[in-house]
Amino acid sequence: MADITREEVRRVAALARLGLDPAEEERLAGQMVRIVEAMAQLRRVETGEAEPLTHVLAGLGNVTRPDEPRPGTDREALLAAAPDRSGPFLRVPRVIE
Amino acid sequence: MDELYYEPVHRLADLLASGQVSSRELTRLFLDRIQELDGAVGAYLTVTAERALAQAKEEDERRRRGEAAGPLAGVPVAVKDNLCIQGVPTTAASKLLAGYRPPYTATAVERLRRAGAVILGKTNMDEFAMGSSTENSAFRITRNPWDLDRVPGGSSGGSAAAVAAGEAPAALGSDTGGSIRQPAAFCGVVGLKPTYGRVSRYGLIAFASSLDQIGPLTRDVTDAALLLEAIAGHDPADATSAPVPAERWREALTAEVQGVRIGLPREFYGEAVEPQVAGAVRAAVERLVADGAVAEETSLPSAEHALPAYYLIATAEASSNLARYDGVRYGFRAEAADLAAMYLETRKNFGAEVKRRILLGTFALREGYYDAYYRKALQVRRLIKDDFDRLFATYDVLITPTSPVVAFPLGARTEDPLAMYAADICTLPVNLAGLPAVSVPCGFAGGLPVGLQIIGRPFAEDTVLRVAYAIEQRLQLDLRPPLGRVAA
Repeated sequence: MADITREEVRRVAALARLGLDPAEEERLAGQMVRIVEAMAQLRRVETGEAEPLTHVLAGLGNVTRPDEPRPGTDREALLAAAPDRSGPFLRVPRVIE
Repeated sequence: MDELYYEPVHRLADLLASGQVSSRELTRLFLDRIQELDGAVGAYLTVTAERALAQAKEEDERRRRGEAAGPLAGVPVAVKDNLCIQGVPTTAASKLLAGYRPPYTATAVERLRRAGAVILGKTNMDEFAMGSSTENSAFRITRNPWDLDRVPGGSSGGSAAAVAAGEAPAALGSDTGGSIRQPAAFCGVVGLKPTYGRVSRYGLIAFASSLDQIGPLTRDVTDAALLLEAIAGHDPADATSAPVPAERWREALTAEVQGVRIGLPREFYGEAVEPQVAGAVRAAVERLVADGAVAEETSLPSAEHALPAYYLIATAEASSNLARYDGVRYGFRAEAADLAAMYLETRKNFGAEVKRRILLGTFALREGYYDAYYRKALQVRRLIKDDFDRLFATYDVLITPTSPVVAFPLGARTEDPLAMYAADICTLPVNLAGLPAVSVPCGFAGGLPVGLQIIGRPFAEDTVLRVAYAIEQRLQLDLRPPLGRVAA
């Protein structure tokens, strides 16, 4: 498991849509080997049937509110932060030919 | 007037209330101090001078008209750069958010303003709060006011350095694995991480949502109580915000410790802890014992697994949270011929540590690895929480060093991610269990401040603040750093 190759780093980076240059891939592969090795000590911990703990909020279930209209953040203010837009739409580079 | 920049918030509030100083004078004083020192310290990313002076003027006029003044009326405060303020650059020290001006304000900041605080500016941090030295900022280095060749800690290093240097009387930070407490310890200030859910995270740029919590960095414990009163309480805009009202923490402060039961978990005093650090912490505990507190060694066995569990959980959550920086809705976009290439080129601009963490998180969540890493980490998180619960059946508080070491030299750990992660071994378990904890200065080692951590039961901020206050009152440390060579 601790055997993380450059190929592996490239594959995980692609899943995360993370651009890396070749020098970075090389460096990260070396570091990831050591980091994952350090994390792998967990596999030796006796956890038995312990219920995974995803959050610490005691007794808090789903939080809902009445389904009533109310003011939100101004649409124009939100759109103004976009790198590129066309009227009320966000514009992105071509997706399909 | 000159030494006012080392006065705590509660004292400044008294001076303002009695009319001995105006908010405009005070704000001007701190802006001048920033001008004078920040070239050397580097605590701020953005100074909002004009806005601050306008807010100060409003507070002065409100007071002159005799309107009810908030508890922080006219007091200047700084805010970590991962807290959104409408119209003010908010970058989380990342190139991905360079120039971003949010269309809304974080609840914690909104509440500070409602209490009358004047916002001086945004403080430096590790990019997206990922780091323990503030060296991962994409924009600048922050130096420790006690020794300018050393780090201020992180990730709230700018907030800690600003308060320590008298460039702000108090600041807000955020704490995911120690990011308020560790820099507070390194810079000789008080840092409080409230119980998870105590303070709304609305408007906090997310790193690891099940661990992140906002809290104050201040010159003394009274100020930590005062700022918490201003920012705590339920917020419908954050579904994980607890329906628990704020308390009058300041009024509850007492230096009395008769009968307080203190546990000292030995896993936090291991060989990684510098002897002088452990010595300063134990000496402070002895002072409490001399006055009637009961302290004994105990054990939190799962603590040794906290670091790997933390890094798997935090990075898994981060890899998901940071998916939103895709160049589409806000922030930086790299130009590219098609959408897929645009994502890759845009996200190339994350710094090295953020990339490492996104990779680790993505790795841990991958099909086929999920059970062995992420699920296992969540099970260990359960064991840690259970261990804490068990100890809190016996003890009112647990006391540990905040950090195993004092502030280390700039550059000392940047090439070794695991060494950097190890700087947080005493603070990470607390976030995994969602508990309140405060770091309070307890002495010096080689001229650098040492922080002592007090951990309490969920929502027992009153108890941790009280014990912190008891220590502060007994030690009476002089916490003004020797800034002569830059300020003279």
